[in-house]
Amino acid sequence: MLTRIIIALVLTVALQFIDISGWPRLTAYFAVYLIIGYDILLKAGRGIVNGRVFDENFLMAVATVGAFVLALYEKSGDYLEAIAVMLFYQIGEFFQSYAVGKSRKNIAALMDIRPDYANIEKAGKIEKVDPDDVEIGEVIIVQPGEKVPIDGIVISGDSSLNTSALTGESLPQEVGKGDEVMSGCINLSGLLKIRTTKEFGDSTVSKILELVEDSASRKSKSENFIARFARVYTPAVCYGALALAVLPPLFLMAFKGAPFDFATFETWIYRALVFLVISCPCALVVSVPLSFFAGIGGASREGVLVKGANILETLSKVKTVVFDKTGTLTKGVFEVNAFHDHNDNDIEHQKAKLLEYAAIVESSSSHPIGKSLQKAYGHKIDRTRMTGLQEISGEGVTAMIDGLTVAAGNEKLMRHVGVEPCNCHTAGTIVHMAIGGKYAGHIVLGDVVKPTSKAAVADLRKSGVTDIVMLTGDSAPVAAHIASELKIGKVYSELLPADKVRQLERILKDSENGGKVAFVGDGINDAPVLSRADIGIAMGALGSDAAIEAADVVLMDDDPMKIGKAIRISRKCLRIVWENIIMAIGIKGICLILGIFGIVNMWLAIFADVGVMILAVLNAIRAMYVRKI
Amino acid sequence: MSKTFKIEVDCANCANLVEEAAKKVEGVKDLTISFMTQKMKVTFEEGADEEAVMAAVLKKARKIEPDFEIH
Repeated sequence: MLTRIIIALVLTVALQFIDISGWPRLTAYFAVYLIIGYDILLKAGRGIVNGRVFDENFLMAVATVGAFVLALYEKSGDYLEAIAVMLFYQIGEFFQSYAVGKSRKNIAALMDIRPDYANIEKAGKIEKVDPDDVEIGEVIIVQPGEKVPIDGIVISGDSSLNTSALTGESLPQEVGKGDEVMSGCINLSGLLKIRTTKEFGDSTVSKILELVEDSASRKSKSENFIARFARVYTPAVCYGALALAVLPPLFLMAFKGAPFDFATFETWIYRALVFLVISCPCALVVSVPLSFFAGIGGASREGVLVKGANILETLSKVKTVVFDKTGTLTKGVFEVNAFHDHNDNDIEHQKAKLLEYAAIVESSSSHPIGKSLQKAYGHKIDRTRMTGLQEISGEGVTAMIDGLTVAAGNEKLMRHVGVEPCNCHTAGTIVHMAIGGKYAGHIVLGDVVKPTSKAAVADLRKSGVTDIVMLTGDSAPVAAHIASELKIGKVYSELLPADKVRQLERILKDSENGGKVAFVGDGINDAPVLSRADIGIAMGALGSDAAIEAADVVLMDDDPMKIGKAIRISRKCLRIVWENIIMAIGIKGICLILGIFGIVNMWLAIFADVGVMILAVLNAIRAMYVRKI
Repeated sequence: MSKTFKIEVDCANCANLVEEAAKKVEGVKDLTISFMTQKMKVTFEEGADEEAVMAAVLKKARKIEPDFEIH
């Protein structure tokens, strides 16, 4: 194509310096015209044969052949215009396919996390195999610089992983033996041996690719609007051109006494041809899906997976964000918040001892609270100090440590061992401790608010989200405490999963006239709510297939700041889409009107077609750049 | 039952037109074409002969866009 353009360009310029006239001139110009435009003529012909008359090939063929015929009739020998129109049209087409192809590749590269191979060890040698052929439980080897191809657990080696392709998080993640690793991460430093826990097709990386690739097939309303518009627009302009060529001359002849000859028709036929050149719908038709594609691509680089152009469109209209507290605003793991004595006062000096005993007595527990206590203690636990461990279901544990009886559990357990627990006023989960038969104090554990939650809520407000609501299954005091800390006004607590759906439905009903409602969950137990909301946002949910299935937007990490970002990305994308629609229709509309009055000549018409398309494509590409949004 | 095919289509408007026409092919329940990813997702009617349907889809598509290609 490029060679054809260059040849035609060179020949056209050369023809300007050769002084020929009459038939040789026509033949020479027509030859150049065929070089540049033969495929358009062919396509236009085939379109007519197939009963599909009004397409852009037809428009171009009619406009250029018409220009030739006019020049021939006028005996002006000015065939340049016809060639120029075809040449610019082809240059425009060429640029369009180049720009679209290039941006397609760029965007695809953003999402290119597909591993090409997996390494397995065979007879002491590393062998590259297709990741599809690796079975669950096989050991794969990932060398520094390689992508982890399949989800699994590290069985040997230490390294840091770059997870930015998955989460947008630039800080490397340290992994060692026993840690789970997600496919798609890049191994930065050490050699890792990984036992796979999933097949390639079920691994994180495959899930993400499937999601992103499918996203383009869910079309937005704007895309459908443009497709419908183009279906009406092209034939309308063709009939308009025909009318422009025929009606005004007839009018002039009938009422102004203009003579019935070609001269009367001439200007109007020229204007009709200008009309046809302006009318191509390509700028619109290509720029809208390109903008969405770029927006989705840019978002996925930031760790925000959007399942479709329609979702991006709805996301931009979100006015209410509903949070499921646990796992979104809070970490969903317990942390030790305070130590109190029997009078509910802080006890700084005894807390080490209290925690030490609590950690030892809970050392064999797999309950989240027990684990949190062990983690808070942080030292190696010497279990030999403990004898006679007893677990009392629904109450707690008792044991002998260093010769003292230690009991850790709830109020029931305290009464059970014969001490009176104190009534704690802090919101949270309380572990009471009795040491040596005496009440020693209690440890308050709470679900911890994520460090960015408060900023994220403020950020949402700033992005134009008017309502922020928190739903939780937790008790009212805990919920109220967190809500006031995060400055969330509306809180509904002590909800069972089914209540959450009902509550969300109420919120949906209340906002029917206004914006859309997004629900943010961690994907655990809230799939029904995710699918019920206008926009379901699942957070850090790469592990949960149900959540990925139910959600519309998947945040690959668990940073609540990403929600505001996702909304801003969608708004930017939609703004660009509408800029393009308005710009293309606006410029073309103005040129069409000016064309009727003969103010616009063929050259400006070409700009209205090709120029607008180039501007629209360049503008669409902007949707991809969302890093600092 | 839906399947995704890699396709080749040159212009965005053609992709829209082909999509519109191919949706009406017998045995096709739904069909979307993404110009951007150059992919076509076809959902077949239950019990449809997939190969025959795809041949019909290709024929219809070629009528609109002679360069249309299904891989």
